[in-house]
Amino acid sequence: MDLLSLARGPLLKVAIVVFCVGVVWRIVGFALLRIRRDHSEPRASLLKSVGDGLMAVGTRSWPHPEFIGRTGAGEALGYSYHLGLFALVLLFTPHILFLRSLFGVSWPGLPSSVVTVISVLTLTLFLAVLFRRVTNRVMRLLSNFDDYFSWFITMLVIVTGLAATAHVGGRYETLLGMHILSFDVLLVWFPFGKLMHAFYIFPSRAINGSLLARKGAVS
Amino acid sequence: MSSNTAAFGANLAPAEARSPQERVTGAMRGYAQEIGAISAFRLESCIHCGICADACHYYIATEDPQYTPIWKVEPFKQAYKREASPFAPLFRLLGLKREITADQLEQWQHLLFDSCNLCGRCSLICPMGIDVAALIEQARHAMFEAGLAPKELYEKAAHQQATGQPEVSAEPYRDQLLAIAARFGVAMPLDEPEVAVMLCVPRTDIEHYPSAVAALARVMQHLGLSCTFRSDALVAENYGYFAGGKDWQRDISMRLIEQAIACKAKTLIVPECGHAYTALRWEAADLYGKALPFQVRHVTEFLAEELQAGRLKLGAAGGGTTTFHDPCQLVRKGGVNDAPRALMKAMGVDLHELKNHGGFSFCCGGGGGVIDIDRAAPLRYRTMENKLREVDDTGATTFLTSCSDCRRTFDDAQAHFSWNKTPQSLLELVAANLAGTANPA
Repeated sequence: MDLLSLARGPLLKVAIVVFCVGVVWRIVGFALLRIRRDHSEPRASLLKSVGDGLMAVGTRSWPHPEFIGRTGAGEALGYSYHLGLFALVLLFTPHILFLRSLFGVSWPGLPSSVVTVISVLTLTLFLAVLFRRVTNRVMRLLSNFDDYFSWFITMLVIVTGLAATAHVGGRYETLLGMHILSFDVLLVWFPFGKLMHAFYIFPSRAINGSLLARKGAVS
Repeated sequence: MSSNTAAFGANLAPAEARSPQERVTGAMRGYAQEIGAISAFRLESCIHCGICADACHYYIATEDPQYTPIWKVEPFKQAYKREASPFAPLFRLLGLKREITADQLEQWQHLLFDSCNLCGRCSLICPMGIDVAALIEQARHAMFEAGLAPKELYEKAAHQQATGQPEVSAEPYRDQLLAIAARFGVAMPLDEPEVAVMLCVPRTDIEHYPSAVAALARVMQHLGLSCTFRSDALVAENYGYFAGGKDWQRDISMRLIEQAIACKAKTLIVPECGHAYTALRWEAADLYGKALPFQVRHVTEFLAEELQAGRLKLGAAGGGTTTFHDPCQLVRKGGVNDAPRALMKAMGVDLHELKNHGGFSFCCGGGGGVIDIDRAAPLRYRTMENKLREVDDTGATTFLTSCSDCRRTFDDAQAHFSWNKTPQSLLELVAANLAGTANPA
């Protein structure tokens, strides 16, 4: 069995299983911990608390005006590479075909040339993100293996994907095999590291927003 | 452990002497009691973006990364991942997360107590929506169990738990209260058996601002409410909360709860004290184990309700331009945003808001017990410079607030910086402008 067959055959199946089981376990593992009942008199009704929590999912997507002067540039960088990633994952025709094989739905993709440009831009942003992480004293202090490996494996998927579509660096089948293999590794790593924020971000904002709204506090 | 972490030794009371192993065991035990689904979710969700630093006045003032709010709970993030997270066995097996050490905990005392006001500004900036301040409060509980509460907070908490007063006073607070009544010519209802409203006072007001105590009594008298102070539960502050001693916090809260129940109060009024509000309004019921049989209101909140109901009439305060400092525990963490502004509006106050106000206001720098920690003073002064500049930039001639610890912190800054502003009490301004009163406090 060659690399491509291995990567998109048994290894992909194993990776998907690890991903699904890992994600479910990571969420269930803490969700089953106790939830203390809050006996204090709420300032807002349950309905308003929940509603404001759901609103916080949206409002927390952009910094409050009081903070934007200090955080705007960093957040813009963060949003930019995430948008690039979404475009690459969701709007490149071969990816759409892969997703259709999994979920049965599809949508129109972008021309390959556009995707190539987005790939190069996203790669550039990824390098900028790494540069920022190692030069910003706060981020460097907070960073650990999880941050760097999550960056590395995501970057590797983009680089190998770009190499495969551009036919640079080897036979197409080998490059595509490496691309899918790196994606397999990303799927396996996903539940163990910070990539899980993809699942956490909206409920986390909603829960905190609801708890603050319960007190009548700004969120 | 990072070399960036502060090289501070532990600041301990003699009673907190422990072996290193006892410290670690205590911290882990304390933290285990705190970990629930919500706090675990918060710890799980951090993406190490560091944005929380940009909300924290300690980081803004120093640009020192160790003051990044989420870094202040790093040992406990580490402990959670290693001991309680869904993949904890894997982290232990592969050695990805080390056990926390007593040295690490001792170094973190500076970060969790000296350089955090529990102000919660960081909780508003996190793109993941993590309430970082809540995690820090839980970490303080663990530090207390490790015997690592700062000696000033530990000793005050111990004294308050045992006696009801956080420190020995020249005269018992009960006697001081009666002396204030005589000095200001105001009735000071004490130990009434059955009332609608129970009152308590910040020990800061008794010691430093007796006019604020008189103002509270005068306003209640003006409203004609049946109310009382209780000799056995006079003090509003809760040093157990500051020190992280949950059992002591419960004991201190229970004094007030039991007395409020004993006098059948429908309302317990928290005076001008931010942390007392958090301890009583939001945390006391959980420590009590069920809903409180009375409502808890901050005095400004209560007066705004009276104003809205038409039972409180206020005259024009006059004076020049005014700015207002929002105490963090009342506004950002407590939602008491509109009440002080309604009172100021009713008195025709020409309010010039601070650049960062309401929920986004910077802390005075003294919150979380920091004003009581001696070695924290130099850093506290650095953080305060930005706040004082904001106050100056309003051009206001009058500076109001509604928390006596904030007031004390600004008074201290006035002396330290030779600052030309004197913080004043909103409650005292209300008491001085009660419509129909001819005898202002």
